Amino acid sequence: MINDPYKRQKYKSQKRSKIASLSATYVILLILSIIWIIPIFWVACSAFRTEYKDGTFIGAVTSGFIPSTVGFKNFADLFNMTYNGIEHAFLRWMGNTLLVAVCCCLISTFLILSVAYCMSKLKFKMRKPFMNLAMILGLFPGFMSMIAIYFLLKSIGLVANQDQPSLAILGIIIAYSAGSGLGFQVAKGFFDVIPNSLVESAKLDGCSNFKIFKSIILPLSKPIIIYTALMSFTGPWMDFIFARVIIGPTNVEYWTVSVGLYDMLFGTFADINLFTKFAAGCVVVGIPIVTLFMFLQKYYVEGVTAGAVKG
Amino acid sequence: MKSEMTRKEEKVKKPNPFVTFFSSFKSFFVNFHKRFVDGSIGTKLSHFIMGSGSFYHGQYVKGAMYLFLQVLFILFMVLCPEINGTPYGFKALINLRLGGSEGGDFDPMTGEMTQPSNDQLMLLFGLVTIAIIILYLLVWISNIGSSYKADLEAKKGKKPTTFKDDLKALLDSKFHVLMLTPTCLAALVFTLLPTIFMICMAFTTYNQFDMNAEGTVLFHWNGFSNFVYMFTGESQLGSEIKARFLPVLGWTFIWAILATLTCYFGGILLAILINKKGLMGKKVFRTIFILTIAIPQFISLLSMRNLLGEYGPVNSLLQSLGWIDQPIGFLGLSASDNEYVAKVVVIIVNMWLGIPYTMLMTSGILMNIPADLYEAATVDGASKTKMFFKITLPYVVFITTPYLISSFVGNINSFNTIFLLTGGGPTYVGYQAGGTDLLVTWLYKLTIDNGEYNTGAVIGIITFMITSTITLITYRRSKAYNEEDTFQ
Repeated sequence: MINDPYKRQKYKSQKRSKIASLSATYVILLILSIIWIIPIFWVACSAFRTEYKDGTFIGAVTSGFIPSTVGFKNFADLFNMTYNGIEHAFLRWMGNTLLVAVCCCLISTFLILSVAYCMSKLKFKMRKPFMNLAMILGLFPGFMSMIAIYFLLKSIGLVANQDQPSLAILGIIIAYSAGSGLGFQVAKGFFDVIPNSLVESAKLDGCSNFKIFKSIILPLSKPIIIYTALMSFTGPWMDFIFARVIIGPTNVEYWTVSVGLYDMLFGTFADINLFTKFAAGCVVVGIPIVTLFMFLQKYYVEGVTAGAVKG
Repeated sequence: MKSEMTRKEEKVKKPNPFVTFFSSFKSFFVNFHKRFVDGSIGTKLSHFIMGSGSFYHGQYVKGAMYLFLQVLFILFMVLCPEINGTPYGFKALINLRLGGSEGGDFDPMTGEMTQPSNDQLMLLFGLVTIAIIILYLLVWISNIGSSYKADLEAKKGKKPTTFKDDLKALLDSKFHVLMLTPTCLAALVFTLLPTIFMICMAFTTYNQFDMNAEGTVLFHWNGFSNFVYMFTGESQLGSEIKARFLPVLGWTFIWAILATLTCYFGGILLAILINKKGLMGKKVFRTIFILTIAIPQFISLLSMRNLLGEYGPVNSLLQSLGWIDQPIGFLGLSASDNEYVAKVVVIIVNMWLGIPYTMLMTSGILMNIPADLYEAATVDGASKTKMFFKITLPYVVFITTPYLISSFVGNINSFNTIFLLTGGGPTYVGYQAGGTDLLVTWLYKLTIDNGEYNTGAVIGIITFMITSTITLITYRRSKAYNEEDTFQ
């Protein structure tokens, strides 16, 4: 096709350099992938490790990377674990976290979407001051108010107390979801992109603001609803410090899963031989959350990108 | 003369925020006067008895609600309901003014000493009472306003709105009231009030040294002394706070800058690699990196802590290779470990956590860069690296500036990474802040572990001042803020 021998040579060298750069990319990406996978792989390996030394089970961190014998012993032990006198402690923690996560998801999603819609599509006097106040409050370190929230919940009996320790769960739900409405920025960015003409023409047709929200905006907002719900559902699974302070370091029965897993290794009742059980716990918690993320990846990426641009 | 003219014009264009503030303040009082003079007898009366204006205009349900709120408020203020022995109402205001009492007060009625006061509740309830008074004032103003509005409509010959009309308006013209009330109330109680509570804490003597015999912590107002102690070291903590404050502040800045930049540029490079033309298995690579985002952070951080621990596989591997004799304290978990090793390791682990996030975010942006920019550059004979620095990078940075700021602020407040990874170690004997402690983790240690509520609050306020300065300067200049309305 190319008759000029000089040009043909140039074409060939171009092709060769392209292949070289592509294979270099593969090598780099492969190395990076291995670096990123190794810690995860190691925890998964530890979860399945069933090694014995002189007849006793080794539960601590060992130097080996890949276990010599594998089995489901850690998972079985984890589910039957009695922790500080509480039977089936891990299952309780999972149940608590699920309850907290579902409640937070419902409350936070409702609050965030309603605030975001107001800020984006309604005009009223306090709009700008409210947005500024929300931004300023967001700049205070959350831990600063944590202690005050603790006292506040304590004064109405919603932290771990002797009489009704279960109320701590209610306390942590309130602590997680009460302030969530102030994190409306990503959702507002989404609503901003919905054209105003849509809202105005509906208004001309005599729709009330409520009806516009219910029958025009919400049906268009599936991605942002899913993103917000995903974020607020996974929040309680990931947070550790708020739950620990509000539920209390001795109220084992009502811990969330992150408090429990932390405590197994570094807390009040910690034991280095619990490591393989901890790893099994990580796998049990990790799999549903990762699956959820992978299924809803598209919405997550949309939300993250929108948040990055709108700040 | 001319220059003065233009300056005046400029002034007209951009009104001084103070002037607008005070003029709105003035009009607020003028309105008050006008409503009181012009209003009907109902409006006049509703300055004293809430809801009377509504009764006057036949809006009975509304009037009853206003009246009920007023009765409730007066009862609250006078009767001073007590929770755990600490009163609300006017007594709470007195408590707030005077601070706590050591060992209890002498009660002249019974001739006995009362229980020692519960000070954190005193401060809290005082603030709650103030919040309730402010809310009451807002309701009071709305009560006068609603009555005056009904007056005006009556003058025009219109019928005053019925309760049903008001409810309907909540779904339409007042929809924002309905939508924002839950968030406002919740945020007032659980975000605004706690924040003010902690700010107040910084101006009190509220700490472990100020306890009475029963172990209850006491508070008295002491102005800006706590802030002064940070720099002079004259508090009960001695020079420890002063000695550690500047190093912690410095490390917080270094950490925030390095953590932000490494993750940001690392993420962009990774995104470019993955989105390279002709690369197969893009999805597989992406999924691998997204995995680290999907896994709950405390799991990956605690796993890293074990992986890099004293007996962990990394140290074992290095030992079996013969590169080291003793396990390296990567994370500064024991006091003798090297501080700088821990600092570097923390930043590297943070890259592991943060790079996939930026990769994910910039991938979409990279694909949106107009292709003709690159074509034009190729025609001009630009090299690949030149195109990266002249087209790709400026484009991505321009679009993601808001993210860059928010991730910088997020890193200043990055509690989990430090706390779960190093716990702030290596710890200095006798000091309360370790080598990798940030301001926020130090704040946590001071308050939760040591009961140094006032010093912790001072650090919280300093952190806030840093983050707010950075944010305000950059945010107010950014497009997202100034051109917010262009979207709509």
